[in-house]
Amino acid sequence: MEMLSILIPVSLGLGAAGLVAFIWALRSRQFEDPKGDAERILSDKWDDRPKPD
Amino acid sequence: MADLTASGFSACPACDAAPLAQRLADRAEVAQGTVILSLPTAHCATCITDVETALTAHPGVRNARVNLTLRRVTVDAPGLAADDLIPVLAGVGYEAHELDPDALSATTADRQGRDLLMRIGVSGFAMMNIMILSVAVWSGAESATRDLFHWISGAIALPTVFFAGQPFFRSAWAAIRVGRLGMDVPISLALILASAISVYETMESGHHAYFDAAAMLCFFLLIGRYLDHRTRAIARSAAAELTALEVPRAALLLDGAEQTVPVASLRPGDLIRIRPGARVPADGQIVEGRSEIDRALLTGETLPVLAQPGQMLSAGEVNLTGPLTLRVTAAGRDSSLARLTALVEAAEAARGRYTSLAERASRAYSPSVHLMALCSFAGWIWATGDLRLAVNIAAAVLIVTCPCALGLAVPAVATAASGRLFRRGLLIKDGTALERLAEVDTVVFDKTGTLTLGRPTLVSADPLPTDLRPVARALAQASAHPLSLALAAALTDEPADLSEVTEHPGFGVSARWQGRLVRLGRADWLGVADHEDRPTSATWLAVEGQTPVRLEFTDELRPGAADCVARLRKAGLRVVLMSGDRPAAVADLAARLGIDDHRAAVDPQGKEAMVADLAAQGARVLMVGDGLNDTAALARAHSSISPASALDAARVASDMVLTGSDLVPVAEAVALARLATRRIRQNFAISIAYNIVAVPLAVAGMVTPLIAALAMSLSSITVTLNALRLRD
Repeated sequence: MEMLSILIPVSLGLGAAGLVAFIWALRSRQFEDPKGDAERILSDKWDDRPKPD
Repeated sequence: MADLTASGFSACPACDAAPLAQRLADRAEVAQGTVILSLPTAHCATCITDVETALTAHPGVRNARVNLTLRRVTVDAPGLAADDLIPVLAGVGYEAHELDPDALSATTADRQGRDLLMRIGVSGFAMMNIMILSVAVWSGAESATRDLFHWISGAIALPTVFFAGQPFFRSAWAAIRVGRLGMDVPISLALILASAISVYETMESGHHAYFDAAAMLCFFLLIGRYLDHRTRAIARSAAAELTALEVPRAALLLDGAEQTVPVASLRPGDLIRIRPGARVPADGQIVEGRSEIDRALLTGETLPVLAQPGQMLSAGEVNLTGPLTLRVTAAGRDSSLARLTALVEAAEAARGRYTSLAERASRAYSPSVHLMALCSFAGWIWATGDLRLAVNIAAAVLIVTCPCALGLAVPAVATAASGRLFRRGLLIKDGTALERLAEVDTVVFDKTGTLTLGRPTLVSADPLPTDLRPVARALAQASAHPLSLALAAALTDEPADLSEVTEHPGFGVSARWQGRLVRLGRADWLGVADHEDRPTSATWLAVEGQTPVRLEFTDELRPGAADCVARLRKAGLRVVLMSGDRPAAVADLAARLGIDDHRAAVDPQGKEAMVADLAAQGARVLMVGDGLNDTAALARAHSSISPASALDAARVASDMVLTGSDLVPVAEAVALARLATRRIRQNFAISIAYNIVAVPLAVAGMVTPLIAALAMSLSSITVTLNALRLRD
């Protein structure tokens, strides 16, 4: 039963990490163009280096 | 929420018929120097790269980003206009149109969608974590362990319900304040009661806590809410795009210089220039110039009308041949477009408000749920005198009956159906449009611009002697008149060598050919008598010393028109053709499409009266039309569709817009609407069936949190899967 004191915080922490990642993705507008994002991965334009901002 | 979002379209189509003034009033914040272009042909990864590379390589462009979902590109280019960028895209093979950023105030809708998504994410996280703990409790955790798990669940659930439940609390509060019981009142009650009783049970170290149920309720109901929102947002942004395609500008003459200004800023007394091919932006009197005017969108007439100085023009007419200078007599809300306002408003009021299936269901649902919860509470108090037990059972009844499935039943079907129609080229603008379309038994079509393309084609080149064909082609090429364009397109001969080619706006084209005078134009200009009762339009070719030749044109059928009419008739619907055009032209088209019931020379009031008449006889009318003369009839009909080429006012008055040029989706939409309505009814049946099993258990006090969770998730999933069967 002592394991619970570790396991419960761990499971909650992992869940919270997922939630934070979701909120970050939503905030940085990554759900605005799902179809475009699915296609962009096929383009090799920025394969060597990331697109400069 | 429903009322709020729908009002963008249907509350006042007449307001939009009256031009554009208010469009400028509610301008969205658009960054300076940003140009938005619509890319109707973009569809793949290569398209994205091509467009972005071409645009960023253009001097002055800072950044360009394609949104493939919306088929748009946003260009950050201070100092550049759409006219500079469209040729760049045309150069790499992409069709692009300017979008009016003011009409695309989609940002607010996006924010609402993101807000809902965030709440779904939070409640999903909470639901899953609580469920892990709940499984332990269900599998037999005892005393201190159970209490600890309940406390942790509560610590997660309470903030979640507080945050994720806000949309429900807000709309429930709004409903209560005006004395109504919406769907959201029992939902909010269930959420609050479940949380409160669970906290109490946890403190008393009880066996059952409903924290998982509260989080799950939020999660499923929010999904329904989000689907509903997204269907509307997609339809709205596409409809806004259609509106944004017509950037309302006029060429104002100031001290002899031409200046492009927004139509809304025109004042009576202003002088404006109307180029051939342009739409008249405001009512006015011709000061200078001669031309022909196409009034098809206002009256349904296919024959062009002569225009000369002194004559009055109405906004919405199209100038065909020569440039005209117009003195504005009435602009904006005073113009003749606005005169239709009263007519359309009256028609809308006469149609009455439609009560959707979902509204009818929620009207029956809310009171019965409250009553059931109250009865079980009272019954258990009377039977046992145990307040804690009675409250627990009342809460269980509320949780079990909570309309997860009911909340998903309609939006899930609507999302699937409207997605399928959208891919086929039909845009749904109104939430209840599908249901109304499903009830339709009579279809009324307009002729010009709806069943036909409103574009003339040469019937046959046979009357034209072979040696005159090059002459006819050369003359036709000299003018931008629709009949000339059609003639030039129909002939394939090498154009003859002409000299002294002059266009006589309003009459025709003349030139010299081998020393002889040749003319192409109106019968009265050439001095010959025409037969006005023929179903076709005509132009004449006169060569000095020879008898003039009559060239007949007919209005080209819209693709799929015959197929669409045949399918509708096969589905058992009555098809009627109603037009403002001449009887001969209407009868000819009706015969070609096999429509027995046709009426010609009907004015706008007549059209509306005819639709009202059909409705009075018990028919449910679907009106399909594109012109201003159809606007009142569109608003009056039980359901309405207009093609994308229609005037703004007609599109706004109708429930659905056809985005492609093919008419077949109209017939498919009727079939799909019937299927979708059947699915919605099935979904209601499914969720009622679940309740029939679960409610007696709850009232009998036999529902545990485990049973509640099972019933809730199973019914929601079944309903969603049933809706997904609609996808193609």
